[in-house]
Amino acid sequence: MMAEVVKCATREAYGKALVELGETNDKVLVLDADLAAATKTGMFKKAFPEKFIDVGIAESNLMGVAAGLAATGHIVFASSFAMFAAGRAFEQVRNSIAYTHLNVKIGATHAGISVGEDGASHQCCEDIALMRSIPGMVILNPADDIEARACVMAAAAHEGPVYMRFGRLAVPRVFDESYQFEIGKGSVLIEGSDVTIVATGLMVNEALEAAKLLKNEGISARVVDMATIKPIDREILIDSAKKTGAIVTAEEHNVLGGLGGAVAEVICETVPVPVLRVGVEDVFGKSGPAVELLHIFGLDAAHIVEKAKQAVAMKQA
Amino acid sequence: MDKTLKQSLQIFATKARMGVLEGVYNAKAGHPGGSLSICDVLSYLYNVEMHVDPKNPKDPGRDRLVLSKGHAAPALYATLALKGYFPVEDLKTLRKSDSYLQGHPNMDKVPGIDMSTGSLGQGISVAVGMALGGKLDKADYRVYAILGDGEIEEGQVWEAAMLAGNKGLDNLVAIVDNNNLQIDGTMEEVNSPYPIPDKFRAFNWNTVEIDGHDFDQIEDAFAKAKQCKGKPTAIIMKTIKGKGVSFMENAVGWHGSAPNTEQYEQAMEELKAALAKLEA
Repeated sequence: MMAEVVKCATREAYGKALVELGETNDKVLVLDADLAAATKTGMFKKAFPEKFIDVGIAESNLMGVAAGLAATGHIVFASSFAMFAAGRAFEQVRNSIAYTHLNVKIGATHAGISVGEDGASHQCCEDIALMRSIPGMVILNPADDIEARACVMAAAAHEGPVYMRFGRLAVPRVFDESYQFEIGKGSVLIEGSDVTIVATGLMVNEALEAAKLLKNEGISARVVDMATIKPIDREILIDSAKKTGAIVTAEEHNVLGGLGGAVAEVICETVPVPVLRVGVEDVFGKSGPAVELLHIFGLDAAHIVEKAKQAVAMKQA
Repeated sequence: MDKTLKQSLQIFATKARMGVLEGVYNAKAGHPGGSLSICDVLSYLYNVEMHVDPKNPKDPGRDRLVLSKGHAAPALYATLALKGYFPVEDLKTLRKSDSYLQGHPNMDKVPGIDMSTGSLGQGISVAVGMALGGKLDKADYRVYAILGDGEIEEGQVWEAAMLAGNKGLDNLVAIVDNNNLQIDGTMEEVNSPYPIPDKFRAFNWNTVEIDGHDFDQIEDAFAKAKQCKGKPTAIIMKTIKGKGVSFMENAVGWHGSAPNTEQYEQAMEELKAALAKLEA
């Protein structure tokens, strides 16, 4: 009998991990801007009401207050949807949190197209690009609930600002409990020799599916999970370029400025090989069921397979 | 207020004004007008009101000041230098590429700066966070934020004011430097936030209105702030932009420009004369 695949949204794992942190670290405070039920910080609020502050629908103030609390020695998790955390409050994150290198962890949920029915106004596919442009910002984008928990723990232990990106949609578990996560390190999930698929977030599972499909067609794909977008793991990218000679990136984000951009920057300057990007093709999203939208916008295994074949062909040309 | 104390505070403020001129003149850039308008309140804060130790600027129990109108950095630098946080001679290095005295306050580089500011509207949120931190930790430090009157046109100020009022942060004092001038003209000409006290009161703040150059009134305002329980206090102080330098007073053009040598010398002469009179 096939074991049932565990499915869990990374935001759910975020909420649980915050409670876990609250039990062991009395410096931890959690802030939200009237979205505690959706971001899952509500779990922490229930467990530690005296350590939870709801600032109301005011994301700019959320980031400033988080900075002030961090300046008084607290480890502050500040949450909202990615659109508002990275978008609305960009300049507060830049000036009050990052320029000051204060100990604020931004828990941005509902990132990407998989927000679903709420549509384009809430489907943030620009946040990685925005956060990448801020000096010193650490960006974590976990693939599943196991990695999400690990990211939260690593963020709490890290001194300085961290942007964590979580999804609304329940996604299949990729890792097992023994998984060890380290900020700045990618991990090879499948070894391969013809092409490397570097994926982040919910696209990691699609990359694994794509590798199986490619194998059936005689193409050996290496799969790298890249949960840390910044600082990017240069070593694993250079190693992948040397070993496989072609790279495909996969992310639930605009193809401009996200993982694809980060990978291309490293590869162009070190081991120039073809880098093709799977992501949202510089367009706004739209309403619809999340899984349907992922296919519509080409964020699936089939599209990765297509790009991988192109990359392999470019290598041979 | 005791006459000797008042005199010493006035002397300190006059020296701080000279420090402002020194910095801005040598930098050939900066914001003299809004720096000169807050020298008196800074003199009171750092000499009387705040529990701070220049030898231990990161003391977790210290009172904190957030200069939300960060462009008035020259006034805060001069105040901190006069208090011994760093050498007064360094004020001349303001805004130079090899100086730690950045155009706007940087908490990582300058001893005594509690928050990096400069982008208007953000400092007050941070001050609210610090005051909340104090309440959560049951610490007894107080938090002071100085805002420009033009700055309160930023919506974030009112997000912060709403939260501070609702949380009853009586360990927080916001000081609004009401010199009535902003870059593009008078407050009324640009986008008037008047009446300012009414707006803070609407967000559950205690308010005090004073002349920001009168030390008796300054002392009284901070005493009232301390007495008020369960509410943050906003001190709205009427000030003169460019205070202490005749040709800079109430002149909108001196918001963000440096004096030439002749103007600098005249300004210093005026301040030296004022100092001599105070010290006589």
